[in-house]
Amino acid sequence: MFIHLVAGNRPAPSAPEAKLGKTTIIGGAPGQSGAPRAAAHGVEKIDVKAVNSAEHHALYQKRVPIYPKLAHGTFRKIKWAFLFVLLGIYYIVPFIRWDRGPGAPDQAVLADFAGRRFYFFFIEIWPQEVYYITGLLMLAAFGLFMATSLFGRVWCGYACPQTVWTDLFIAVERMIEGDRNARIKLARQPLRGKKLLKKIIKHAAWILISFLTGGVFVLYFHDAPTVVRGFFTGHAPMSAYLFAGILTFTTYSLAGAMREQVCTFMCPWPRIQGALTDEDSFEVTYRGWRGEPRGPHKKGESWEGRGDCIDCKQCVAVCPMGIDIRDGDQLECINCALCIDACNAVMKKVGRPTGLIAYDTGRNRELAAQGKPPVYRLFRARTLLYAVLVGGIGLFMLYGLMSRSTLDLNTLRDRSPTYVRLSDGSVRNGYTLKIINKATKARDFEIHLEGLDGAALKAIGLKNDGAGIRVHAEPDKVREIKIYVTVPAAKVRSMKASVPVSIVVSEVSGGTKAVNKTVFLTGNK
Amino acid sequence: MSDRPEIDDHSGVETTGHEWDGIKELNTPLPRWWLIIWGACIVIAAIYMVLMPSWPLPWANTYLKGTRHYSERATFAKDMAKLAASRGPSEAKLAATALDQIEADPELLNFAMAAGRSAFGDNCATCHGSGGVGGLGYPALVDDDWLWGGTLDDIKFTITNGIRSTGDDTRFSQMPAFGKDGLLSASEIKDLVEYVTHLSNREADAAAVARGATLFADNCAACHGEDGKGMHELGAPNLTDAIWLYGGDRAAITNTITNAHQGVMPTWGGKLKPWTIDALTIYVHSLGGGE
Repeated sequence: MFIHLVAGNRPAPSAPEAKLGKTTIIGGAPGQSGAPRAAAHGVEKIDVKAVNSAEHHALYQKRVPIYPKLAHGTFRKIKWAFLFVLLGIYYIVPFIRWDRGPGAPDQAVLADFAGRRFYFFFIEIWPQEVYYITGLLMLAAFGLFMATSLFGRVWCGYACPQTVWTDLFIAVERMIEGDRNARIKLARQPLRGKKLLKKIIKHAAWILISFLTGGVFVLYFHDAPTVVRGFFTGHAPMSAYLFAGILTFTTYSLAGAMREQVCTFMCPWPRIQGALTDEDSFEVTYRGWRGEPRGPHKKGESWEGRGDCIDCKQCVAVCPMGIDIRDGDQLECINCALCIDACNAVMKKVGRPTGLIAYDTGRNRELAAQGKPPVYRLFRARTLLYAVLVGGIGLFMLYGLMSRSTLDLNTLRDRSPTYVRLSDGSVRNGYTLKIINKATKARDFEIHLEGLDGAALKAIGLKNDGAGIRVHAEPDKVREIKIYVTVPAAKVRSMKASVPVSIVVSEVSGGTKAVNKTVFLTGNK
Repeated sequence: MSDRPEIDDHSGVETTGHEWDGIKELNTPLPRWWLIIWGACIVIAAIYMVLMPSWPLPWANTYLKGTRHYSERATFAKDMAKLAASRGPSEAKLAATALDQIEADPELLNFAMAAGRSAFGDNCATCHGSGGVGGLGYPALVDDDWLWGGTLDDIKFTITNGIRSTGDDTRFSQMPAFGKDGLLSASEIKDLVEYVTHLSNREADAAAVARGATLFADNCAACHGEDGKGMHELGAPNLTDAIWLYGGDRAAITNTITNAHQGVMPTWGGKLKPWTIDALTIYVHSLGGGE
C-alpha cells in the first residue's frame, strides 16, 4: 500500500516545484506547446497537471485552482442520484408533519431546545435520555467503519456534505461559466464585461444556495412553517438568523472557495481511514499492471508490448481533487470514481476493455500483476467485527426504544438536614420526588414506600388515603413532590444508621411502575 | 546592494537587506488569512462604533449613544420588568388566596414554594440555616417544636411582626435572669436544673427534683405551664421534649436559668411584600413541622 498518510511522508519537493507558489499556475491550463495533441485516434491529450499530487504540491503553497471537467458515465450518474436524494432529504425533512396529539409539536424531526425535547418521527427523547444519541453516534461510526473497510472511502466520494455541496457548486459554476476549457479561458480574461457579469451571477447563485442550506438547517430546531414565515418578517428568533448566517458563510466558503482543501487539510477523516482499510478493501485504483508502459497510441498500431494507458490525462482533468490516480492511493483521493468514468469512455473509444481505472483491492492488483485470478474477501475479521458491533448496538438500541418507559422517577434525598428528630423522639427524612410523565395524556399515580415498616408517609399538598399518596401528573410534564417519611421513636431505636428503602410510583390504572432505591437515615450512631 | 530587493534562493522570499554573520533576514509577508481577519476586525470595529455606544464625551458629560441607543442598564430594567410582568398574575393570585387554600392549587403551591425557597435563602437562612435546620440559639424550622406556634397564621404573624423586635405588634416575652438578678440562689438553680432534666424523661437526682418541683411551680409554671409543656402565646418553650434551643445538658440549662436568653427576630412586614411573606409562610410550613 502506498498511502501518504501525513504530509511528512511526502517526498520532499524539488527546488523548482517549491517555488510553485510564486508563479501563477492554472491547474491543467493548456501548455505552451499550442495546438492540442492526440493521445490516440479521436482522443485528445489534455495538457493538465495534477496540481495537488504529492509530487507537485509543496507545503504552505497557495491554493492552485482546479477546473474539473464534466465526466459522463455510471459513477457520475450515481453521484447525481446521491446529490438529489441527499439534498432532497435535507430540504424536505423539516417540513414533514407527524401528529403527536395536542400540545406536542407536529414536526417529524425536531430538536426542540426551548422545550428540551428531541423528536424523531415516533421517537421522543428527553434530556435525561441523551444516551440514545450516544448509541446513534456509535451506530454511525461503526457503520462508517464497516463501509470503509469494505469499499474504501465511499462516504467521502458520495455522501459527505462537503462532497455533495462542492459537487453542486461545481455544477452551478459549469452552468454559468461553461466546462473546463471555457472556465480556464475565462480565468485568463480581465475582470470586466461579460466575465464580471458571469462571476456576479455565479456568486449570487452560490450565496443563494448557501443561504438555503443555512436557512434549512435552522428549521430542524424550530417549527419549520412558523420560522419560514417569521424569518422574512423579522419575527424569527435571533438564534435562527445567527445560525442561518453562520451556515450560509461556511457553505459559501467551504463549497465555493476551499473545496478540496477542506478534505486534504481540515478533515481528520482521511487520516483515520488509512487505518480502516486493508489490502482487501475496494478502492478507486489504477491497474498499473495493465496500463504501463503508458504512451500515445496511433490508429492501427499494435497494443502488443505496451500498456493500455494512452496518457490522455482525462482522469486528471475530471478530478475535483487535482490529483493523478495513476500515482497510486493517496491521501487527497476522495474515491469519487469520476476518473473511472473518464477512463472507461476513453477505453471504449480506443477499443480496449474498460476498467483500467476501477474499484479494486490492493491484493487483486498484485495478483493480477502476477497473472493470477482475483480473490475477493468480503468476510474478514474486521468486517465481521464491525457487522457484529453494528448489529449488537442496533438491537440494544431497539430494545431500549421498545422498552422505553413513559414514566420516570428521580428521588433527591434532603441534604440539609439529612434527618430531623421530632419532639416525640421520632425521626423524619425528607425526599423530593420528580415524577416524569412522558405520556401524552394525564395520569394518576400512587406513591408507596417499601422496606420500612411502620413508617408514616406524608406529602405537601397531597392526601394519603392509607394505601399510598395519590398524585395527578399532567401530560409531558415533570411533577415535583416533597414527601416526608417519619419513623416512630420506638422503632428508630433498634434501627441502623442507614436503612435502605424503595420509593415506588405506580400508575393507578395499572401498567407502568418506577422504583427508586434510596436510604432512610436514623441519626443513630 | 542593488535597488531591487534580494530574493532568497532557498525560500524564494525577498530579504530585508539585513545581514548578521551571514544570516539574512527574510521579509516574509504576514499570512493572508491574518491580514483578512485584521482588516475584518477594523471594519467591524468601525461598524460597532456607529451602532453601539462608543466614545465618552466628558465635556458634555455624556457619551456617543450609537444609532441603536443600546444601554445595558435599560436592558436590565426591561428584563426585570418582563420578569415582574410574568410573575405578576401568580403574585396577585397568591396575595388574594387565603393561606390554607394555597395547598389545594398545585400550580399556586409550586409558585409559593419556589418564591418562598428563594426568599428564605435571601432573608432567613443567615440565622435559621439553609433548609431551616437552625442552630444553637436559632430555632430549627424543620421540626415540629414551635415557640410561638406552627400553624400557617402563627408563622405568618411571626414573620410579619418579628420577635422582640421594633414592630408595634412584635411578639414579646421576657424570661427573668434568675441567677444574674439574684432571684434564685445557686443551689435553688441546681435543684431547678435537676427538675427540668427530669421533665424531659432523663435521669435526675430524686431529692433535688422534689425540691425543684416547688421552685418550678413558683417561678416557672406561669409561663412554661404546670406540666412544663410551654405556651405558644408567650413563646415559652416546651421543656418536656427532646428539642432544646440553647442546649439541653445541665450546664446549658443552668446558663439559661441564670442569664436567660432573649432571641430576636426582625420584623419583616414592611420590608418584604405581603405576597412574599405568604410564600415564606407556605415554605416554612412545608419544611416538615407545620401544624
